[in-house]
Amino acid sequence: MSTRALPFAIGRTPKRVLPGFGLSLGISLTFVSLVLLLPMTGLFGQLAGLSLAEYWAIISDGRVVASYTVTIGAAAVAALVNAAFGLLLAWVLVRYEFPGKRLLDALMDLPFALPTAVAGITLATLYASNGWMGRLLEPLGLEVAYTWVGIALAMAFTSIPFVVRTVQPVLEDLPAEVDEAALTLGASDATAFRRVILPHLWPALVTGTGLAFVRSLGEFGAIIFIAGNMPYETEITALMIFVRLQEYDYAGASAIASVVLFVSLALLLAINVWQGRFIKRLHGGRG
Amino acid sequence: MQRIGDAPGVRRTLILAAVALAALFLLLPLVAIFAQAFAQGMGVFWSNVSDRYTVAAIGLTLFITVLTIPVCLVFGVALAWLVTRFAFPGRRLLQTLIDIPFAVSPVVAGLVYLLLYGRNGWLGGWLDGHDIQLMFAWPGILLVTIFVTCPFVARELIPLMQAQGSREEEAAVTLGAPGWTIFRRVTLPNIRWALLYGVILTNARAVGEFGAVSVVSGAIRGQTNTLPLHLEQLYQDYNTVGAFASASLLALIALLTLAAKATLEWRAARQEAHP
Amino acid sequence: MSIRLHNIGKHFGSGRQRTQALEPVNLDIHDGELVGLLGPSGSGKTTLLRIIAGLEHADPDGGARILFGERDVTNVHVRDRRIGFVFQHYALFRHMTVFDNVAFGLTVMPRRNRPTSGEIRARVHRLLEMVQLEQLAHRYPAQLSGGQQQRVSLARALALRPDVLLLDEPFGALDAKVRQDLRRWLRHLHDELGFTSLFVTHDQEEALELSDRVAVMSNGRIEQIDTPDAVYRSPANRFVFEFLGDVNHLEGEVRDGTLTCGEARLSVELPDGSEELLLRPHELRLASAPTPEAHLPVTVTATSPVGAEVRVELAADWLGEPWLATVRHADYERLGLTRGQRLFAIPRRWHRFPDASPAPALSPLARAA
Repeated sequence: MSTRALPFAIGRTPKRVLPGFGLSLGISLTFVSLVLLLPMTGLFGQLAGLSLAEYWAIISDGRVVASYTVTIGAAAVAALVNAAFGLLLAWVLVRYEFPGKRLLDALMDLPFALPTAVAGITLATLYASNGWMGRLLEPLGLEVAYTWVGIALAMAFTSIPFVVRTVQPVLEDLPAEVDEAALTLGASDATAFRRVILPHLWPALVTGTGLAFVRSLGEFGAIIFIAGNMPYETEITALMIFVRLQEYDYAGASAIASVVLFVSLALLLAINVWQGRFIKRLHGGRG
Repeated sequence: MQRIGDAPGVRRTLILAAVALAALFLLLPLVAIFAQAFAQGMGVFWSNVSDRYTVAAIGLTLFITVLTIPVCLVFGVALAWLVTRFAFPGRRLLQTLIDIPFAVSPVVAGLVYLLLYGRNGWLGGWLDGHDIQLMFAWPGILLVTIFVTCPFVARELIPLMQAQGSREEEAAVTLGAPGWTIFRRVTLPNIRWALLYGVILTNARAVGEFGAVSVVSGAIRGQTNTLPLHLEQLYQDYNTVGAFASASLLALIALLTLAAKATLEWRAARQEAHP
Repeated sequence: MSIRLHNIGKHFGSGRQRTQALEPVNLDIHDGELVGLLGPSGSGKTTLLRIIAGLEHADPDGGARILFGERDVTNVHVRDRRIGFVFQHYALFRHMTVFDNVAFGLTVMPRRNRPTSGEIRARVHRLLEMVQLEQLAHRYPAQLSGGQQQRVSLARALALRPDVLLLDEPFGALDAKVRQDLRRWLRHLHDELGFTSLFVTHDQEEALELSDRVAVMSNGRIEQIDTPDAVYRSPANRFVFEFLGDVNHLEGEVRDGTLTCGEARLSVELPDGSEELLLRPHELRLASAPTPEAHLPVTVTATSPVGAEVRVELAADWLGEPWLATVRHADYERLGLTRGQRLFAIPRRWHRFPDASPAPALSPLARAA
């Protein structure tokens, strides 16, 4: 056997058919490096100046830990509420025809389009004790503004589109035959929904809820106005970073930010991996 | 056709619940913004909007937005072209990387820029030595705004260009068209609405970014205050009506964004029905 | 269990948009029968099947009634009709294993009627044995071939021991070989279990091979319902004739017992006037010389010697559309058929369906030498 390559393998790989590979690669890599990756080095540079003990002391400080609890607790409540509310909205928007449906559909994107600070002051004003909603709720013993309920409310407001917009297309693609198969086999509406429809929506619902949760963890503008920002009680982690910055405690801010960053990216990765595995099972591949 | 949940009772209950919740949760805040802005009448609203600092904030916000959009547009189109038209190692990684700004808390985004370009940062220190100050000035605001808005155009284009495939461009190549002509005459007409929607989303986010900007701006009235920062200051100063006057301008942009989206979707649906 | 349909009609839309999907139809299907609904797309066959299943509602006017045996199911919800329904694209629940799919109908029964889990397991295994898929019980649908998925779908439909089995294009999405096997297998299963079945297809061969009786449908009407043999040999009208196989047309003027069309002549026992005759490809003989009765000169334009017979495409100046003839391989070799060869077509038999009269087919025999 000679070591000579086969004639058609000589030389470089065939030239790409479409033009612009070099240019688009150049622009993309330059941009990603300068805008996305380079700034991250600042964070790690700052963290490198901390010893492990110092780092641990900052991120396990009582007030900071309290802020984790508030943030994660409120984000979890908001995500769960949104899972139910988002599922209902997606279902209604896909399955039923009614006047005003297009308006309702358009309204779903409002939280994405509305600047968070605007959402923040609006919710704070609405749910303050003299606001339209606050006046109704306060006599019922439900205080929203300046409590963790308000934080959860603001989080739910900003992240509801994640659930609706992930579940909606999946529900649209569900063939009518799936419903019909369940019905011809004698299933009641409730049983068919629970045993057939819901499992189909499950990956999208979990993904959407997960994204809503991640978004809530990092949300800032919508929350700080309604939160009250009482240390140990209604202070969210994003605000802790901000507070440390205002104290010119860059190391502290960086340490807390690294926790938030790590948790967000880890969750995002987990959602992607989980979704990939689920989809594999439904669309083939041995398991 | 028989489908699950079609019984009239179930149907009516669910629609009613959805509409009621959406009205309370989404529509009411929207109404409240404008109600508050005009709470003391048209005159007060106008004097709030034409206030010197408000006008300066509007100006800065527009300035930043106008600079952000072309940058995001070039990056978005280049990235979408790259990942949908070529196969190369690291393609998936690149697609994942552009989602970072969506996952990162805006405050963290502002912080990392501050750490890099601020006086104590390794790049900032060098810049400071050359008398260039990026943080607590408009270039810093621009940088973080580009960071938080850069995925929008690419995210709109990639799925569409992936679905369309590269057959048409390949046909153009066989017909001897040069690169730019292919893009302008073949690709662009196919993606223009998605591109436009990407720009609209970029615009909405650029105008409204708060968390990241508040970290790097320094919020100096009349100088480094964007509209969202300005309304925060007014709100903290108990000038609620003034804050909501600014908020109503931003809400108007949000409404226009929603209307644009609905129109573009309607157009796309109609094109699908009557090609 | 017999199925009786009385005045089952269906329209969609209203006003100008109104389309009649199904003209009011009456149909009796006997206990244990396997009936095929055959028609082109848009003929209303699937609508009719779905109305019987309860997935669509018939128009209420005109006293529409559906009886399963003595049971009036007109207003019974699909879930209570006790039917088995097999979907064209299987509609298996993707997130459930084969076992869970088949068991689904049993596990959603009201608690008081529901078999114990042991009984369910035994029954599902019997069903999987019957469809020869026991080994795959714990696979997911995405891991099965199309034919296997359709067998699971059938087992799932049979799990509740339905009175009536309805199949919507059951083999439509499968490739030719698998389709053949499944067809035979379904026929066998039907004979063994003795349920009443109704299936929809657009494939003539499938309908004729599988059914006890075939209902040929077009434009929302049942054109003819009869045994495959009767439908094929004595079609009720032109549509049925044309739909059941390839057709050659011969149009011309009849005078004094001779039909003329350009240079073509054919003796026919018909009154004077213009006529259109229809001929099946296998009812044509090819010869090197004309006969006294038939002078139909043609040119061979293509031959395809695939399968049991050779398909020969024929053209002539007097023909609008080319003709198709099927000849035996022996004849093909004897005549030495090549492209461009000039021959004479000699009909063994022809058919005519005068447009004016909706009366049953005239199918006279024209003896040819």
